[in-house]
Amino acid sequence: MSVSQAIDVDRPPPQARGWPRARIIGYLLVGFWIAFGFGIIAYLIGAWNGEFFARYAPAYLQGLGTTLALVVISMILGAILSLPVTYCRMSRNRFLSGLAYCYVYFFRGTPLLVQVYLIYYGLGSFRVQLESVGLWWFFREAFNCGVFAFALNTAAYQAEILRGAIESVPRGQWEGAASLGLHKLQTLRKVVLPQAIIVALRPYGNELVLMIKASAIVAIITVYDLMGNAKLAYAKSFDFQAYVWVAIVYLVMVEILRHGVEWIERRITVHLHR
Amino acid sequence: MPAQSIWTLLSWGPDGWSDDIAYGALVTIALALATLPIGLTIGFFVAWAKQSEEPSLRLAANIYTTVFRGLPELVTLFLFFFGMPILLQYVIRLFKPEATIDVDSFIAGMIVLSLIFSSYSSEVFLSAFRAIPKGQYEGGYAIGLSKWQTMRKVILPQLLRIAFPGLENCWLSLLKDTALVSVVNLAETLRNAGVAARVTKHAFLFYSFAALVFLALAILSSIATGFILRSLGRREAR
Repeated sequence: MSVSQAIDVDRPPPQARGWPRARIIGYLLVGFWIAFGFGIIAYLIGAWNGEFFARYAPAYLQGLGTTLALVVISMILGAILSLPVTYCRMSRNRFLSGLAYCYVYFFRGTPLLVQVYLIYYGLGSFRVQLESVGLWWFFREAFNCGVFAFALNTAAYQAEILRGAIESVPRGQWEGAASLGLHKLQTLRKVVLPQAIIVALRPYGNELVLMIKASAIVAIITVYDLMGNAKLAYAKSFDFQAYVWVAIVYLVMVEILRHGVEWIERRITVHLHR
Repeated sequence: MPAQSIWTLLSWGPDGWSDDIAYGALVTIALALATLPIGLTIGFFVAWAKQSEEPSLRLAANIYTTVFRGLPELVTLFLFFFGMPILLQYVIRLFKPEATIDVDSFIAGMIVLSLIFSSYSSEVFLSAFRAIPKGQYEGGYAIGLSKWQTMRKVILPQLLRIAFPGLENCWLSLLKDTALVSVVNLAETLRNAGVAARVTKHAFLFYSFAALVFLALAILSSIATGFILRSLGRREAR
């Protein structure tokens, strides 16, 4: 076989010309999305209400701040809490690992909304006991309950992420470090974690996005986050654009984060690409 | 109301709330099961579009998943629950003035959960598509099957088997997402538990009950999927 023939064989098939069925459907669907986008813009222009905007835009901004504070605080608390959970989950002690397994299973197996209700409304049943311990002031605030529930929930997910990442590092890395005379903590810090973090970055980013999306449910327990302010604006004005605006804000926020995580991942895995 | 013991409250019948919550659990299951076929179908077609060679098809599918994975579930639910009546009313008044529209919360929940479920399951289907070698398509075309026949008779059976574990995860998160529909007054598990909690003032008891119902559903589904997976594996081996 001559060289020119081999090149002929390897060449990718040419793009289909004309109007195959896939292209017609594709153009129709894209056209539908474009029409949808213009529809939304037309609706927002048609429904433009300076008074509405002047009245609720500051509230939305404040709500955005509340949402971000809630997510950041509970992510950090969850990260701290996930360390002992991961340790227990990976330990050889049957009792400890069983306990951590139950914790993770409970928080991953039940809806976050149920957990939030359980803490905000459920702990209200124990008001007398909580007052006697001096913790009632904390659980009285809906925001604190939200942070508490979210931190417990995300700790379960983060523990699984961390465990998966650490287990993805081959055993030989531990053994090699042990033969060099590093003790366990040093091995973890200097050998295993740097490799595990690369694996864990994407799941952590996903978890952050999921938390931002999930944070909308604290609006139901009367926290005035972004969604809470949208609910309030809708209840007061019966103007549907309250929800359209909030959807746009969430979508932009999630997209920025997703692309940010992808950018970071590309940066820290530069040495792995060739 | 005289103080009742916890066991009376948890009993089955007019004094107890177990029957109400069990009815709610049935609604939860019905909602999830009604969503599943719609979501799977849309998810499959979205994934098919995403791995197509036609750029416009890929673009349309990517917009779909970006929107419905980027929006919080609750926001999507509210958009549909409050927005759909406005839109439908606008359309229907063109033909029949004076008509009023009310959207059933079960239907609204089903539509929204299908949208969310399909955008997540499409990712699972997409990675399954990528795991199927090109030769399978070429073999199908070579023996004279049409594009659609190849997809249905050659690719789909393999695709489902590869995608199954990922779809199980999607199903579990679908089960959990059904709890959100309680916010628009669908009388499912969480809603009924909430009513019981408000009436009896035993909030912790009834919300724990609801949590246990969801846990039981999750455990039941993993038993069921384990069973299906084993039987799939057996058929593979034969």
